[in-house]
This record gives sequence, structure tokens and C-alpha cells, in this order.
Amino acid sequence: MTPAIELRGVTKVYRRYDGRQFRTLKSALLQRSLVRDLRPDETFTALADVSFVVPEGATVGVIGRNGSGKSTALKLVAGITKPTSGTVAVRGRVSALIELGAGFHPEISGRENVFINGIMLGLTKREVEQRFDEIVDFAELRDFIDAPVKTYSSGMYMRLGFAVAIHVDPDVLLVDEVLAVGDEGFTHKCLDKFAEFKRRGKTTLIVTHTLGLVERFCDEAVWLDAGRKRAEGHPKRVIDAYVTDIERHEESFLAAADRRAQQEPARPDRAPAPAAVDDTADLSKAAEGRWGSGPVEIVDVALVTRDGEPTHVVHSGEPVTVRLGVRTPTPVDDFVFGVGIFSADGVMVYGTNTGVEGLEGASLNGAAEVRLEIDALDLGEGTYKLDVAVHKRDGAPYDYHRLLHTFRVKSPVKDAGLYRPRHRWMFAGDVRVHARADD
Amino acid sequence: MWRNLARLPRYRGLIYSLVSRELKARYRGSVLGFFWSFINPLILLTIYSIVFVTFLPNRSALIEPYGVFLFCGLLPWTWLSASLNESAAALVAGGNLIKKVMFPAEILPLVSVLAGMVHFFLGLPILVGFLLFFEHAPDAADLAWFPVVVLVQLVFTAGMALLLSALTAHFRDIRDILSHVLTFWFFATPIIYPWFQPGLEAYRIWFKLNPFTHLAVSYQELLFFHGPFGHLQSLFWLGGLSVLLFLAGYWVFDRLRDSFAEVV
Repeated sequence: MTPAIELRGVTKVYRRYDGRQFRTLKSALLQRSLVRDLRPDETFTALADVSFVVPEGATVGVIGRNGSGKSTALKLVAGITKPTSGTVAVRGRVSALIELGAGFHPEISGRENVFINGIMLGLTKREVEQRFDEIVDFAELRDFIDAPVKTYSSGMYMRLGFAVAIHVDPDVLLVDEVLAVGDEGFTHKCLDKFAEFKRRGKTTLIVTHTLGLVERFCDEAVWLDAGRKRAEGHPKRVIDAYVTDIERHEESFLAAADRRAQQEPARPDRAPAPAAVDDTADLSKAAEGRWGSGPVEIVDVALVTRDGEPTHVVHSGEPVTVRLGVRTPTPVDDFVFGVGIFSADGVMVYGTNTGVEGLEGASLNGAAEVRLEIDALDLGEGTYKLDVAVHKRDGAPYDYHRLLHTFRVKSPVKDAGLYRPRHRWMFAGDVRVHARADD
Repeated sequence: MWRNLARLPRYRGLIYSLVSRELKARYRGSVLGFFWSFINPLILLTIYSIVFVTFLPNRSALIEPYGVFLFCGLLPWTWLSASLNESAAALVAGGNLIKKVMFPAEILPLVSVLAGMVHFFLGLPILVGFLLFFEHAPDAADLAWFPVVVLVQLVFTAGMALLLSALTAHFRDIRDILSHVLTFWFFATPIIYPWFQPGLEAYRIWFKLNPFTHLAVSYQELLFFHGPFGHLQSLFWLGGLSVLLFLAGYWVFDRLRDSFAEVV
């Protein structure tokens, strides 16, 4: 198949002008730097030697973290910016759903804006006339089309912009994260329109963070990372690689936060009113921090996998162990170990301690390790925090780590809530379901 | 540069709709709407007439009726000054378009200039009305040159506009400087006084070096003074220089083109 879009060795270096927001002519003349001021001071490489091909009729998704160069790639294809080196070739008429309604003038009516916007996107006046009704109906703005655009809500504005752009009837459609433009119904209409495009053998290049969209719609995916192409190919495979990479990043990010937290020493002066682990009302109000009187100290807190590897990202339903390293210079016999799991907004999901589970502390001396082994962490997707503590039977803390340790739980599907029970769907009677092909 | 220049005509539909958008948007929401295009020069003219007829009534009989004389220079000046002021702001105001749409940026200052020209044309009926009212009909033969003068002014203004808009994107204070320069320029040009004003002989050389003098004088000779159009040669010189200015302005604009998206 002939390529509709072809990027070959494309590098885009953005030039940045110095920190001052605006230079002034006055200072330029005074410092005799007129010509120098018109030159860029520093450069920023948004794309480095990126090549990929979009065959005609294909739908290709570009994924990657923020700042990975996705939008730059799209702008290059749209011809809004030019590559610093390399070539970008596009066959056919291009329409870019990049900044919807960018050319709208707030003072004039929607009707006039449709015409101007359409002409800006490459239609003739007559072509806009022919499509006008379709555009207005698509945007669902029939009642407001003669009102000035400044009276539109942002959703109406975007919808009109989207409607104009999609009715340009391009051979190549470029989409940049625009599906957030309307309510559910409008989003479906957009998706239908994309599907129609695809059926008619048009080429689409989508930049998005919505991985499900790429998986469902795209024939191929390209993963950009820090301006370089990391992977390309079957969407499922590329997305898996991307998600794994994201998790690795989260892991190292949380690990760094953890290291900082553990370096903070226990401060007796910050001890709150004698708090007991089972006093949930009080606990959920306390701020994060660390306190305690000693001598027992929690020197290491880690979430470890079954293999003993420390981790900060756990898949829902997997076994996990909370491992505490404790140390005491003097022997103690009055001690209770406690662990609490809190959601990101401070709701206690679970809390327990050796005391409530009927384990009496007998003796503790020197270094020791305490492990709370959880067979299956059935939590919903989200960020959670850990409380760990060692305290006396009456609740007086030796060392209390309050919400200092953060971890993430991943769910295989987009379900919601804190608790993710093991479950399955069963059906009886006259009902049939089957797995969606794209999942 | 030449390739970019050559593709400009392809955007005439867009230029046309942007100019009309500019005009529509300007008066949208005002009661009198488009009448402002007539009223604005009329008010300006009234003010100047009051000042110079009532407060400073010291002038040559050759420029009577004074209101008509004044209007011949004032109307084209308004075109120039409004266009330059607006084009200096054009790239910043149109930043959204430059950054997000495939869009030849030079259209923006050109639209400012053309919108100014439309206002100029809308002011012409008032000028004609004045000429008729004072029974001061210009020579028909002279009028044939009128489009030429307008063309020269268009090219000249467009060249200035390109230069200013490109530089203002980088140096924002040009807009402030510009308003003062324009004020001085206005009084330094024979608009409110005739170029042959007695006592100004020493400044004739400066008049000659001032490009707008030749435009103002051309308009005055065509529309106001009787007799043959004597300023033709200077006009052609200015025409040639305007083309050069336009090319120079376009060249600067083209060189800075890629930086606009980053600075506006």
C-alpha cells in the first residue's frame, strides 16, 4: 500500500528565546543586540530522528507520556511547523483536529465563524455552503448558530470546531486528544464519524492518552518517548510495552518518595494524643509524619512481592507482604506491631495489629523483622498509603509512621472502588453474552 | 521567500473572509454598526476643522474650503496609522492561528492593512459629499490617477505592516513607540497644512524625504487643487520604493516566520 504519511528521520528542534518574557526594542538598541536578540538562545529537541509510515487507509495511534513529542509529530504532519531535519510527506488533503475552533472570532456569529473556519481549513465558500446544515446538525447547535460565539459554552465551542473540521472531508485526518469535547453522546458521534472515515478508506493519525481508544480503533500504534520512537506495531503489543514502562517509572518515583520519608527521624515532640490503632476516627484526621518515644524503632518499611522483591506497584489480587525492619537498643517486652492501609484521600481501608489479633509481645531485642503477609491484595485501582507502628499495649507509640509509605494498585479492568472482591459473572436463563473482540 | 510570496494569491478567499470578519467584528454590538466607518472620519474632521478654522485661523486662502483640504490628507492618513497600529498587534492577537492552524502568518498584517483600506473606501463617499457640497469638483482627468495613488499607498502600507508585525512579535514595546512615531509623523506631513506653507521652506527637504508627503500631496492635488497632476514623478518614485519596501518587509517577515510560534 502506498504511504499516506511518511516521516523519515524527522528531527524537530524548538528554539527558545531567553527567559525574559518580552525583549524590548529599547534594550535591544541600547545594548546593540537587535540582530542577536532575534536569534534563539537555547534549543529543545522535541523529536529526534523519528521515522514511521502510515499506509493509506490505516488508522494509527501515537502514544507516549506528556512531552514525548506526540503533538509535535502531529503538527509536523499537519504542516503547522517544519522539521529541522528529515522529511515529512503527506498525500492528500489534511485536516487537523488539533485546536478546535482556533480561528473562531468571539464577536461574530456561529454561522459566520463556520464559513471562515471552513475556508481557513481549505474549503471554498460554496463547499461550506453545501455542508453547512450537516455541520450545524452535527454540532447540535441549530438554535444557537446565529448567536455570537462568545456566548457559547466551551463545550458548544469545541463541538462547532469539531464539526467544521470533520466536515472538511480530508483524505488524512489528524486527531489530537479531542474526544473530551462533549458529553457521552457527542463522543459516540465522533467515534462513529472516525469509524466511517475508516470504512471509506481514509487515513487517520490519532494522538491520545486514552489507550483503550488506540486498542479499539487503531491498526497500528507508535510509542514515542522523550522525542524518540520506542516501539511501533500492533497496538496491543505497543500498549503493553508502554504500560509496563509507565509502571516502572511509577515504581521508581514512589521508591524515591519512600527513601525521603524513611530518612525523616522520629520526633517525640510531635506525638499526638495517645492514639490507638483501633481509634479510626482520630486516625483519619491526623496528618502524615513520624513520631514516637523510642527506644523501639522501625528502620525499614517495604512492600515486597512473593519473591521478596521490594515493589510499589501491585496488581490487584496479587499476594504482597508488608515487611518491617525493627531495632531496639534495649530489650522491651511490651510491644504491639500495627499496620494500616489508607486510600489516597485518607479513608482507612484496613487496619490491624498484633494486639487485636491476640498476639502478646513477650520479648524484643536488637534487630528483628516483622512481616504481614497478605494472600491477595483485593484492592481497587488507585494510590494507597501505609501506616506502620510499634507501640505499647496502652497505645503509647515507640515509633509511628503515619501515611509515609505510598504504593499503587493496578486493576486489569476499569472497575471502580477501593475493594475489588474476587468475582465472576454468571448467567442463567435466556441471556447470552460474549467477550468483546477488542479486549 | 519567492515561493511563499507566490502562494499568497491562493489565500485570497481566506484573506477576503478574514477582512470581512474583521469589519463585522469591529462594529458588532454597537448600535450604529457600520455607520461608524462613516462617522469616525466625520467626527475627526469636525474636530480638526473647529480647531483650525476657529482657534488657529491663520492660513493661506489657497486651501479653502479648509475642511475639504484637510479631509483629502486625513482620510488616507487614518488608513495608514490604523493599519500600522493594528498590524503591530496582529501576530500577537492571532497567536492562536499561528500556533494551531496551518496558516500563512503574513495574512494577519495584510488583513489589517486591507481592513484599513475598506474603511478608507467607506470614508470616500463623505469626501465626495464634501466636494459636492462645496462645489469643489476635481478635474475628471486627474481622477484616473486616483487608483494609482491608492495602489502605491497599499503597497507602501503593506510593506511597513509586514516589517512592524514581524518585529513587534519579538519586541513588544514597538507598539508603544509606534503610537508616538505616528503622532509626530502626522504633524510632520503636510496634512493639516499645505506643503507650500510659507515659512516652512527650510523643511522642504524633510517633506521630500517623508514618504507619506508624496501620498498626501498626491491626494490633495488630485482631489483638491485644480490644474494638472504635478506630483506624478514623485509618486512613481515612491511606488518603486514601496515595492522595494514591501519585498524587504516580506523578506524580514519570512526570515522570522518560524520564530513566531515560539514568541507570540
